[in-house]
Amino acid sequence: MTNEDAMIACPQCDALYTARAPDLGEKAVCARCHTVLIAPRRNALLRVMALAVTVVILMAGATFFPFLSVNVAGLSNASSVFDAALAFMDGGAMMLLSVLVLGLIVLIPVLRAVLVLYVLLPLSLGRKPLRHARGAFRLSEELRPWSMAEIFVIGVAVALVKVSDLAQVGYGPAFWMFAALVLISVFQDGMMDRWTIWKTLDEADR
Amino acid sequence: MTTTITTAREKGLVACTRCTRVWPIEKTVCDRCGTALRSRDLRSLQRVWAWLAVGVICYIPANLYPMLSTRMLFTVSEDTIVGGAIELATHGAVGIAIVIFVASVLIPIGKFMIIGFLALSVTGRARLSPHARHKLYELVEFIGRWSMIDVFVVAILSALVQLDVAAAINPGPAAITFALSVIFTMLSAQSFDPRLIWDAEEDHPA
Repeated sequence: MTNEDAMIACPQCDALYTARAPDLGEKAVCARCHTVLIAPRRNALLRVMALAVTVVILMAGATFFPFLSVNVAGLSNASSVFDAALAFMDGGAMMLLSVLVLGLIVLIPVLRAVLVLYVLLPLSLGRKPLRHARGAFRLSEELRPWSMAEIFVIGVAVALVKVSDLAQVGYGPAFWMFAALVLISVFQDGMMDRWTIWKTLDEADR
Repeated sequence: MTTTITTAREKGLVACTRCTRVWPIEKTVCDRCGTALRSRDLRSLQRVWAWLAVGVICYIPANLYPMLSTRMLFTVSEDTIVGGAIELATHGAVGIAIVIFVASVLIPIGKFMIIGFLALSVTGRARLSPHARHKLYELVEFIGRWSMIDVFVVAILSALVQLDVAAAINPGPAAITFALSVIFTMLSAQSFDPRLIWDAEEDHPA
């Protein structure tokens, strides 16, 4: 155990501190730029995992069940999130947009949930981390800004207003699943304390 | 503000910006999470400018070409980003028009200017305090993803409104260049090393 093990540097402004875990529910914040450094929560591992499982299940439903439906003069059309992502599949450059939308709103959020489970499950059972657990956790963290489910939900609200004077709009089951999913992801993000997870990974490997 | 802050660099250490672990300054890769270590990334500014330039370039066609084409019976109307917002406002949906205008015009342009300002400020003399500039940086990091709203609106509308002869909505070329512009600008903001903001303070004390 070297001296450096006990220290923590703010990733935003490089201020150096001696790391001391705050009490559960408290936060350690950088004194200079106010970035949250450590924020432990009670039973965080279990809760984060439970929420990750919920994300995967809800996303499976939210992707394929009808999301919204429109009705104009007897003609109607129901659309799933999957359809929305494939809306640009006309063979040209728009395909790229399709892949992008599907990735940002479905694949990346699911991948992050799966990676988190892969990393945390062995830790919560007191086992050694699985192979490449560190890389998996790093990838999950790097993908964080690219997970855009909550932005999609605002997009839905805007689309509803645009369509409402054109046609009658109905909500499908997936709409509510997606709304729940967004709340859960936000909650999960707040539960996850990166510093504790990295430290646990370090200790489990010794 | 406090003058007791010591940075990792002053102590001859380098911090991992991903997992906040501290290492001796010679180290090039973080043993804990595998991220490349750089005490200060001056070349990061080149990446910031490069991504920013492509982001701005993509934003130009995004405003000139139509985002959506709406076909109702026999009339086809094509809307650019600004045109679509004006259309919404004239139909009485002023709130939604403001959301679209803010997300697709004010946020992108504001981001271009803030990123440019931050990148210039770390090489020259800055008029704003590091605290204010750090706030700007956090704002850009947080808000960048929200510009995707309009792309998702287009995706939802074009999947949903496909009602044979009665009405159909299809994406226009601007949808893809706009999405690319948002992505490139996000990459530009991520390339910026915020520690440079605080170094300037140490070099020229106020």
